[in-house]
Amino acid sequence: MDLRLDALSVVVNGRTLLRSLSLDVPGGRIVGLVGPNGSGKSTALRCVYRALRPTTGTVWIGGDDLATLTLRQGARTVAALAQENQTDLDFTVAEVVALGRTPHLRGNRPLSPGERDRCRRVMEQVDVLHLADRGVLALSGGERQRVLVARALVQEPSVLVLDEPTNHLDVRHQIELLSLLRRTGLTVLIVLHDLNLAAALCDLLGVLHDGSLTAYGTPREVLTTDLVRRVFGVEASVVSHPLTGDPQLLYSLSPSTTTERTFS
Amino acid sequence: MRVSPADRLPADSAPPASAEPERTGQWFGSPTGLTLTVIALAVILAASVLVAIGLGPAVIPPDETARYVWAALTGGAVSADDFTTYQIIWQVRTPRVLLAVVVGAGLSVVGVAIQAMVRNALADPFVLGVSSGASVGAVTVSVFGVLTTLGVYALSAGAFLSALAACALVYLASYTRAGLTPLRLVLTGIAMAYGFQALMSVLIYLAPDGEATSTVLFWTMGSFGAAAWGSLPLVSAVVIAGVVELRRHSRSLDVMALGDETAASLGVNTAGLRGRLFVLTSVMTGAMVAVSGAIGFVGLVMPHLVRIVVGAGHARVLTVAPLAGGVFMVWVDLVSRTLLAPRELPLGVITALVGVPVFITLMRRRGYLFGGR
Repeated sequence: MDLRLDALSVVVNGRTLLRSLSLDVPGGRIVGLVGPNGSGKSTALRCVYRALRPTTGTVWIGGDDLATLTLRQGARTVAALAQENQTDLDFTVAEVVALGRTPHLRGNRPLSPGERDRCRRVMEQVDVLHLADRGVLALSGGERQRVLVARALVQEPSVLVLDEPTNHLDVRHQIELLSLLRRTGLTVLIVLHDLNLAAALCDLLGVLHDGSLTAYGTPREVLTTDLVRRVFGVEASVVSHPLTGDPQLLYSLSPSTTTERTFS
Repeated sequence: MRVSPADRLPADSAPPASAEPERTGQWFGSPTGLTLTVIALAVILAASVLVAIGLGPAVIPPDETARYVWAALTGGAVSADDFTTYQIIWQVRTPRVLLAVVVGAGLSVVGVAIQAMVRNALADPFVLGVSSGASVGAVTVSVFGVLTTLGVYALSAGAFLSALAACALVYLASYTRAGLTPLRLVLTGIAMAYGFQALMSVLIYLAPDGEATSTVLFWTMGSFGAAAWGSLPLVSAVVIAGVVELRRHSRSLDVMALGDETAASLGVNTAGLRGRLFVLTSVMTGAMVAVSGAIGFVGLVMPHLVRIVVGAGHARVLTVAPLAGGVFMVWVDLVSRTLLAPRELPLGVITALVGVPVFITLMRRRGYLFGGR
């Protein structure tokens, strides 16, 4: 299912967080949003998973204006992994995953056997099945993140929105999670900080800077030395991954390569 | 459900192929374990009620108590010799013990709801300023003699009305365009509570006699001393309706505990739900404070105790909490009126004396986690 952001603007307390953002996420594709801190990435995502109402503009899900759907209807199509994920209550892993069925269930109706089966399959997929009866508060950051991914997948969405899902994950789990996203075949809008992971994962990349989209295209088109310097203020060399051909960035620690040269 | 594996029955008849077959099927809690817990608690509650009705300055054995209660319920005859005992049992102790059940159940359930609503482990039914608001009303009634047309219910009515007024104030003061946010709600409630307490102090200071002081003690520490049949129906109806309504929202409460952002992505409108919960818990708390004063600690601790036993899921917590709270309050009231008889200890003293050590012991022993520590 296509996801389309159409001229989204968000103004909160007089501050413009998002300036007329338009972005097409074609069905089944993975689109990454990158940009420095405070550039509006999370704000854009929050409009899609309904935590925030855009000041102007429209989010289109397939042919539907998201604002015309109820929260429940929206949640049956769009699942999210938000950044704020603290809970004080020690639910078991299985309970948290099962809550992903909430938009599909009326009131307190228990899960059907088929739904429980789905929970079990998804938990196996993201490697948290062995934690099913553990309390979520005792999990490591990585385990917890995978549990939340399981919850989002159990929701059976057509569109998946993820805000830095690789936070707290070690390299292996980062790679596994992102390859899992590829395999799901869902329409994915994902915020990533790691530009190299983004380049390897995403079909298309959008670069946000001060609430505006400054570049949009394939990773190869978007990730240039010039753009990285302009948007992130960092010097980087762009190379091709020897196996996959994806663009990958090599950073140098000093502010610019020229100063480094003067020192050496 | 945090019960030992032996207590559980597999939820599915066909165990899936898995590396740990003995663990599968235990997810999503076991209905059997919950049913057993509920049955056990119901039996304990019934027994506690009978024992508590029998105990007091005149000790009546449980079987005789049961006979008197049965006679009262079925309209059976009681001999003239037994009439005084019957009066004590039916007119004095029974309403008092039943009130303890209702208020204990109600406070526990409201505690569960409020902790989920403001997402704070330290919240209790009185954190939103309801009890101090009620105290202002009660003191106003007793000092200035307003609402006298309501007779013996003047105090309760004054307390209830001012509790609701206090809630409305807190609601309006904490309401923003984003709805009711948890932290703002708690902070406003606490600040308002200080304000109400100051107001109450002024009223007592202005009071012509010491009457107001004892009223204040009653409201701040709680007592079932004023219990009568007349005070039961309203508070019972409110508490029962409240428990039923809250249970209907148990999945939403689970989702709300995950945070507002996540809740939105799961299709739950937390702003609307929080507003409805606020009204519901306020009315429940107001009705209870009006008949028993502000009995502290129960609404804070019973939710935690219940979670230690049955886990965090609200469907289970809200099923077990009313029973557990009822049992607890019956015994607290019994201790309060028998320990130093004929004097009565304030309920708040007993709830703290009994509850604190039990709570801390349980928390240390079971590795209970709240907020990840």
